[in-house]
Amino acid sequence: MTSLAATGAILPNRRGWLGAVSDHFWRKPGLLIFLMLLPALLWLGIVYLGSLLALLLQSFFSIDEFSGLIRHELTLKTYGELFKPQNLDIIVRTSLMAGIVTLASAVIAFPIAYMAARYARGKWKALFYLGIMLPLWASYLVKVYAWKLILAKEGILNWLFEKLGLTWLLEAWLALPVIGGNSLSISYTGTFLVFLYVWMPFMILPIQAAIERVPTNLLDAAADLGATPRQSFWKVLFPLALPGVIAGSIFTFSLTLGDYIIPQIVGNSQFFIGQAVYSHQGTAGNIPLAAAFTVVPILIMGVYLWLAKRAGAFDAL
Amino acid sequence: MTAAVSLQKVSRHFGAVRAMDSVDLEVAEGEFFAMLGPSGSGKTTCLRLIAGFEQPTSGTVRIFGEAVEGVPPYRRNVNTVFQDYALFPHLNVRDNVAFALMLRKVDKPERYRAAEAALEMVELSGYGDRKPGQLSGGQRQRVALARAIVNKPKVLLLDEPLGALDLKLREQMQEELKALQRTLGITFIFVTHDQGEALSMADRVAVFNAGGIMQVGTPEEIYRRPRTRFVADFVGSANIMPPDFVQSVIGVARWASLRPESIHVIRADGGASALTGLVTSKSYMGSTTRLAIDLKGLKLHAVVPATGAVPDEGEAVTIGFAKDALNLLESEA
Repeated sequence: MTSLAATGAILPNRRGWLGAVSDHFWRKPGLLIFLMLLPALLWLGIVYLGSLLALLLQSFFSIDEFSGLIRHELTLKTYGELFKPQNLDIIVRTSLMAGIVTLASAVIAFPIAYMAARYARGKWKALFYLGIMLPLWASYLVKVYAWKLILAKEGILNWLFEKLGLTWLLEAWLALPVIGGNSLSISYTGTFLVFLYVWMPFMILPIQAAIERVPTNLLDAAADLGATPRQSFWKVLFPLALPGVIAGSIFTFSLTLGDYIIPQIVGNSQFFIGQAVYSHQGTAGNIPLAAAFTVVPILIMGVYLWLAKRAGAFDAL
Repeated sequence: MTAAVSLQKVSRHFGAVRAMDSVDLEVAEGEFFAMLGPSGSGKTTCLRLIAGFEQPTSGTVRIFGEAVEGVPPYRRNVNTVFQDYALFPHLNVRDNVAFALMLRKVDKPERYRAAEAALEMVELSGYGDRKPGQLSGGQRQRVALARAIVNKPKVLLLDEPLGALDLKLREQMQEELKALQRTLGITFIFVTHDQGEALSMADRVAVFNAGGIMQVGTPEEIYRRPRTRFVADFVGSANIMPPDFVQSVIGVARWASLRPESIHVIRADGGASALTGLVTSKSYMGSTTRLAIDLKGLKLHAVVPATGAVPDEGEAVTIGFAKDALNLLESEA
């Protein structure tokens, strides 16, 4: 027998107290899981939920009109202020924009995600990920300012329309009420385009992941049972990819609801919720109203998810 | 009578890989037809060509006389039971079964009635509200079957439908499938790598190997008169006897196959002949015992009843067999 051969049925502990610790974890796997979750739980429980509750509490305070000081008494007065026409306008405008951006990005993202999930292999797949992720490596501010230049009257888009002899089309579009304006960079159309661009990766990636999980033979089975490609899409692929679409829409919808930079740089200087929060907690010093405004997207998202769940969007999970 | 399915010189190549090479095949209407072969032999490709998931590289596929080149799967009156069932996870059992009728815009009450009838046929009535995920493998298999027959297709294709079931369930499903085929009168084309399954269920069997069909015939023909060494070996087990041995027995110098169970084994009583050898190993199989016998360098297997006097390892034995048990092969390969 060599000296390396073990003598007994149980091998000796070769790592001192560290070995004893791992033996202990092996016997009590629950303890290890608890220790691994602890930092996250502390973060989520105290820092995140704590500040969310503090925020909620703030929204039930109100501001004294005369002194401008916060009255620390629970009241619904601040929430009432949300229903003033100018505030309601902000909420409706933001929600509409978020809804349209979400819808448009879902429509554009689905075919891209489908191609990537079904047909891209090897280096094409790598190229796809690179193409989707690359914009995320650049600063968000840089991208937004770049878009301001692209959309400006002297920008490349105007130039392109001119070269193509389509200036009349652009002008007809800008002449439309509400979505039009002096130039693309100071219209809702411009704000929409920038939102669409900036949040697109957050829509493509979850849809792509969802489509990848749909076994191809389900589409074979649908065709076998007589489904035309159109029917296969609506009856099989779309319902099964819907959780991915919902996940993506949560991103695009809530990111648009909360953003305060894009509408400030590209747009017609009408406030969105994020800008309202920013100005109320900053210059105006009306923290209760800012907090109440912040609760709005949370509520909208809650209702949205509840509706999605009721519609069976998560049944395929 | 036109054949239900016929293939004429059909090839399917994937780049340099010849999944199917110039295959001719005719399946008669109302037949229970099995395509038997090892994995990669081309039998599943053949099935996918009939279903329309693949297009032939060359050759013609006809279904009831009509050439189906360029006809997509959704326009073929042919349904498939997939190997892993391919049930729609977001639909309950009833909607899965009624899927084909829903696509054809059949009214809800009517299609649910048809779905319930199909579920009854596979003994799953009352399971309509469950999701596929809540069913066992055997139940899913039945749902897949009900979904494929609810449409009353002209031809039903089954791609190793029993592969994922355990032995007992598989045997039960074999009988049920056969009974179902008789009731419906639909042409069944069944792909399997399990020779027992093919022999017990099919009216006719095609043995596939390396992208081609080796032999087509009734199970009995295939088992008793295999034409090639591959078929003899793949369907059941066989001893392949060399030409000089065959010549010494029946005077023809050809390769031949000999089934282990057609060999009789008795203890040798001193006198050594060409048919005397030593038992080199012995394995108990339950009702039978399998013996490996060394016949002066020629190794063969014999299967004898376990109840009789079975010789032991190392004992000298003499073998015997009926002359017509020697099945002459067309070629060595």
